Amino acid sequence: MIKFLFDGDTWQELYDSIRKNKLRTLVTIFGVGFGIFLLIVLLGSARGMENSFNRLFGDFATNTVFVWGQRTAKPFKGFQEGRRVRLTLDDAYRVEDNIPGVEFVVPRNQRGSQVNRGFLSGTFQIAGDYPLLDKVEKKKLIHGRFINENDMKNKRKIAVISEDVYKQLFEKDEKAIGEYIEINGINFKVVGVFKVSNINMGPPINMHIPFTTFQQIFNQAGRIGWMVITAKPEFNIVQVEKDSKLLLKNTHKIHPDDRRAFGSANAGQQFAKVTGFLKGMQFLTWFVGIATLIAGVFAIGNILLITVKERTKEIGLRRAIGATPLEIKSQVILEAIVLCLIASIIGIIFGGITLMIINATAGQGPDATLVNPSVSIAVVLAALLILIILGVLIGLIPAFKATSVKPIEALREE
Amino acid sequence: MLKINQLHKSYKIGDSSLHVLKGIDLSVEEGEMVAIMGSSGSGKSTLLNIIGMLDVADSGEYILDGLPIDNLTEKKAAVYRNKFLGFIFQSFNLINYKNALENVALPLYYQGLKRKKRQELGMFHLDKVGLADWAHHLPKELSGGQKQRVAIARALAANPKLLLADEPTGALDTTTSYEIMEFIQQLNDEGKTILMVTHEEDIANMCKRIVRLRDGVIMEDKAITQVRASQYV
Ligand SMILES: Nc1ncnc2c1ncn2[C@@H]1O[C@H](COP(=O)(O)OP(=O)(O)O)[C@@H](O)[C@H]1O
Ligand SMILES: [Mg+2]
Repeated sequence: MIKFLFDGDTWQELYDSIRKNKLRTLVTIFGVGFGIFLLIVLLGSARGMENSFNRLFGDFATNTVFVWGQRTAKPFKGFQEGRRVRLTLDDAYRVEDNIPGVEFVVPRNQRGSQVNRGFLSGTFQIAGDYPLLDKVEKKKLIHGRFINENDMKNKRKIAVISEDVYKQLFEKDEKAIGEYIEINGINFKVVGVFKVSNINMGPPINMHIPFTTFQQIFNQAGRIGWMVITAKPEFNIVQVEKDSKLLLKNTHKIHPDDRRAFGSANAGQQFAKVTGFLKGMQFLTWFVGIATLIAGVFAIGNILLITVKERTKEIGLRRAIGATPLEIKSQVILEAIVLCLIASIIGIIFGGITLMIINATAGQGPDATLVNPSVSIAVVLAALLILIILGVLIGLIPAFKATSVKPIEALREE
Repeated sequence: MLKINQLHKSYKIGDSSLHVLKGIDLSVEEGEMVAIMGSSGSGKSTLLNIIGMLDVADSGEYILDGLPIDNLTEKKAAVYRNKFLGFIFQSFNLINYKNALENVALPLYYQGLKRKKRQELGMFHLDKVGLADWAHHLPKELSGGQKQRVAIARALAANPKLLLADEPTGALDTTTSYEIMEFIQQLNDEGKTILMVTHEEDIANMCKRIVRLRDGVIMEDKAITQVRASQYV
């Protein structure tokens, strides 16, 4: 068998047979080649889509829920319905300390305010934040830094502003870091400029100042606007959300079944939907690709069967002059494998080129829909291996057909 | 060289069976040139195919070169055919996408010879049938007589002990037939044992012995004085 594979004439025979049946060869190569081409392009695109989603969500802790107070919907323990619910810092501590699975809780405050710089001014959304916020939604800083512990402790008058604010309050190419802006009549030093993220949970924020500073200048006392609860990776964020709300209802004397008292937005759920969609896409891709491949391989088997039939006489002659059944079978199977291989290599090459083209067009820029569409070598090798195995299996049918006719029948005159 | 005893062969056709060979006794010595004659359907090809191990008898004994031929697997039959026998067919049976040389060298491929050796031997035999200049031509570029000569070269390539020819001149005109016969006679002169099926008297008379089949038995088996084909060419 090894000798069979390394004999130049085995390949000569194969070449002859392929060359002699050009149309057949083309058709079969097209079938399988297209299958693997499709598999690679679809898988690559699915990967690209996943990459772009990841890039979008990447700055964002996905096992996160936002909770804020609203108005009650049910009377409870002597309170009327419609009572306003206000969250406090203590609520945040309580959740952090008592709910299992909570990684950390970030309390936040926010309000709109006029901001001036010299003659320039605008109304912006200002948030009072903990340094920890950076862990929930990573700020892409173009210049400077985010709020730190020191700012918190000293209630420093510093601000981290967005690109938009910078554009509105500063001249083009003007240096922002170290400059002062006026919020609510108080001067704040700019310490950072951040890029606006593609994805945002909660209200859009134009600038961040330390939580403690916010408390002071806007006279917030212990009140907070909302809290961001992040669960540990191994915990279910939906459960954490439920537990936290129940605890909060308990402390605020709200009916346990009151569904309006607290509003919430669960990032984990949104994210899970997208990931589920991506998984589905990938599954569909495999399904379509493999179905096409199998169809292609069957086409090869079918066409080999036809050629074997056409060559009945030739095969009979070969056997009459000394070819053993095994030699005939091996040749047919080898032909099936080689056709499959050539086809898949062509498919892989064209698939790769197509992915490169996709990457060069849809994969560029910050808003790219298909980032770095690619297929791993392992997948390609697995596909090749599967094709070889399918080639052997599908080659078996014509191979047995080839030797099923006795040479004497095959050679009969007329 | 070859010994056959009480050989029987019948074909099933639906429910009935057709008894084609009804007890054939035949022995052929080395260097003989035997014509098997008989009317169409008398079982000439059947007998030749059994001798050629392309078909098996129902009963009887067949010894080739001292080797009892029975219970052959397909593989063994293939090896024996390759080693001991050369076939010449009425319709040449050349492979149409291979050139003359490749056709001639094909049995050597199945003998496992190296390519270079095959080319050498193939050329030698093509030269022997006078077609060295046509080595790289495809069968469709050759005349009927040339094709049959390529086929003969192929039959000779593996240096078989016995040449089997089923109506080798059946598809050729008279002149070409005689050319081919002249060539086969030459091979026999050199010592090759030849068995050929024919229904043409003039061709049979160019052999050295005629075996006549009728109704599944040998009706006549006689040595003759060979007519040399060369006198007609
Ligand atoms: N495979 C077969 N099945 C059925 N009948 C057959 C088969 N091969 C040959 N025969 C019959 O056997 C008889 C002898 O055939 P064959 O040996 O080819 O005759 P010949 O070569 O003398 O013309 C014929 O009647 C033919 O029809
Ligand atoms: Mg016949």
